[in-house]
Amino acid sequence: MTRRGLLLFATLFVLMVVVGLVNGTANIFLLMVTALCYSLIALGLNLQFGYGGLFNLAIMGLLMVGAMGVTSISMPINMGFWNSEGPYLLFRAIVAAVVGLGIVFLARQVRRLGASGTVQFWVSLIAWFAAYVIYRTQIDPAADYIEHTNSGAGWVGGLGLPIYVGWAVGAALAGVAAYVIGKISLGLRSDYLAIATIGMSEIIRAFIKNMDWLTRGTLTVSPIPWPVPTVTDYLNSGYGQINSFILARGGFVLLMVVLLAVVVYGIERAYHGPWGRMMRAIRDNYIAAGSMGKNVTERQLQLFVLGSVLMGLGGAILASYNQLFDPSGYAPINHTFLIWVMVIVGGAGNSYGALFGGVFVYLVWALSDPVSHAIFDQISAVLKQFGWPAIPDVDSRASQMRVFVLGLVITLALRFAPRGLIPEVIRREK
Amino acid sequence: MDIIVFIINKAVITGLVIGSVYALGAVGVTLIAGILRFSHFAHGDVMTMGAFFSFVLAAFFAGLGLHWPIASGIVVLPVSMAATALVLYGFDIAFYAPLRRRGARPITLLIASIGVTMMLQGVLRLFAGTQSYSFFQNEPKLLYRIDLGWLGATRPLTLTQPQAFMIGLTLVCCIALALFLTRSRLGKAMRAMSDNPSLAQVSGINTQLVVRMTWLISGALACLAGTMLALDVQLKPDLAFNIILPIFAAAVVGGLGQPYGAIAGGFLVGFAETLSVFDWSVVTKPFNAYLPDFIVNAPNLALVPTEYKLVVSFVILVAVLLSRPTGIFKGVST
Repeated sequence: MTRRGLLLFATLFVLMVVVGLVNGTANIFLLMVTALCYSLIALGLNLQFGYGGLFNLAIMGLLMVGAMGVTSISMPINMGFWNSEGPYLLFRAIVAAVVGLGIVFLARQVRRLGASGTVQFWVSLIAWFAAYVIYRTQIDPAADYIEHTNSGAGWVGGLGLPIYVGWAVGAALAGVAAYVIGKISLGLRSDYLAIATIGMSEIIRAFIKNMDWLTRGTLTVSPIPWPVPTVTDYLNSGYGQINSFILARGGFVLLMVVLLAVVVYGIERAYHGPWGRMMRAIRDNYIAAGSMGKNVTERQLQLFVLGSVLMGLGGAILASYNQLFDPSGYAPINHTFLIWVMVIVGGAGNSYGALFGGVFVYLVWALSDPVSHAIFDQISAVLKQFGWPAIPDVDSRASQMRVFVLGLVITLALRFAPRGLIPEVIRREK
Repeated sequence: MDIIVFIINKAVITGLVIGSVYALGAVGVTLIAGILRFSHFAHGDVMTMGAFFSFVLAAFFAGLGLHWPIASGIVVLPVSMAATALVLYGFDIAFYAPLRRRGARPITLLIASIGVTMMLQGVLRLFAGTQSYSFFQNEPKLLYRIDLGWLGATRPLTLTQPQAFMIGLTLVCCIALALFLTRSRLGKAMRAMSDNPSLAQVSGINTQLVVRMTWLISGALACLAGTMLALDVQLKPDLAFNIILPIFAAAVVGGLGQPYGAIAGGFLVGFAETLSVFDWSVVTKPFNAYLPDFIVNAPNLALVPTEYKLVVSFVILVAVLLSRPTGIFKGVST
């Protein structure tokens, strides 16, 4: 790392200490865990965009998949569901899905009979439609039974496995989702890729939000277990209130620091190795890299999945730290573009940049809320002195200012520091 | 006959209206993509901004006590369209032009447009909050009834005044745009620049003027689309991504950079969304005796549940990208 980078990290540390002194240790630990989670996600995006030049706007969807992995693995087993008709109905839905896919597979074999392109297209369209109808006739009653019948128990519930398994499965599920997204859309370049990925992320959100039987949807899932002792655990063992908050959150911070250290070490090793050189070659000129015998599509897919695994892990940790999975709380601004601002402000292509950007931008984002509230309250009070009416719903309006600030930060960064605060170090061989 | 009238009232008119909104938005997106080579993500919020200009102007005129036979939101359109076009051109001068001069890649411009959309959203919600507004608080929403008794229908064809204007204005705009692009000097210059920017520049086309014209046209169309959507349903400041994503789907389906493709794509996506959430049980009811039980007993015969409406446009998008990556009409690649 350069001297400038060290200086920036030192400034960030001082900033955090100051905030900690003003707001209390418990509060800064709360901010830090979330900021470090976002750093982990930013590292994932940095892999995809900084190392591979892949324009991924599906971050929100991947975070949701990761969080869903945690809820369905680590929440306690819902005996009400397993003792009801639900599992049988769901099994029938799965069989229907398999039958439907079988029909589609058979329809694809029409080309062996020498059918023309148009016939193939219509046959497979009809097959997809038939498969969809068969699946819907089975899944609709199953979902309705689980969600609305008293004995159906509301939702499927979890498997009651330890939280680390939940994190791993969440990350793996995000990887699978990324594999599917990548297979479909990585052949596209820049703009098309951006539109396709943001579309997929909205599709994922629509499904997770509305499949109440699987994810409880807008009813939200809580409390998700912690990997370290929680506040209640410390309270029960006789610690004071403030101390137990500090200890519980401090434990989580420590865990995150260790995790991030491992991830950054791994990424840096890979970056400076032959693999990293190949990735940069593909990013800077994929045609040249392809003509050197590198399998561009395969490598990009690999990078896309790897970055998305980190994102899924980040999403899983965020959900379990908040102890709440609320699908309607996810929005493209908070969960996709915020990460982009982190990577661009921090410096694409440099993992320390992503790390710094993640923590710094999150602090700005989190702290701009109370600051703008204070400013707006002041303005409102001044207006009142002059006999003007106070600003209506001053709180909700003030909250909108941080979206504006985020937009301003990203446009200014692109204009005046396009390579970020801690830019990628380009080493030239002599 | 009644069934056909019902389908027209409930599905065809809705599809036409939402298709018009998507088509007008997609034309703007596709013109920007063709000439400036980047996807303008802020277009949805520009539409919302245009609708707000119309709303404020309409309220202002209503406050003056002026009344027209047509809804005041439609009367103020020329003024608000001009205002939106100028503001959008201002965005170009402030945010995009400096990046273009530096020779930034299209992807940088795309990120900048995301920044612009966030700033716009912040400002809009700062002034408007997050609640919905209606243009028709102080005036009635006129309803046109077309009697089809001579065709044997007992129910009339109904559409509201904004819907009728929406369909008519979209038609007018499409024809005007087509004439502009094929007959006028500037329109031909725009097409030339969309085809090959460097060739256009060396053959003496004023590229600055073409860029300015692109922003003005897409801004005006965005304002028209936004206002019409707000007149048809409600003015929602937090529409943003719910509107821009189907518009991108429409533009990509039609082929980025192809204005006619965008119009076709807009109607395709609009109709696909409407028809997929349309409850077909009205149509199947007369045949209930011949149909299997699971169709007769189903509570709702819509192909897709309403909450998955947004997904429909993306399934189309993905299918088109897979089978014909540059859209139905051949699009530009950046």
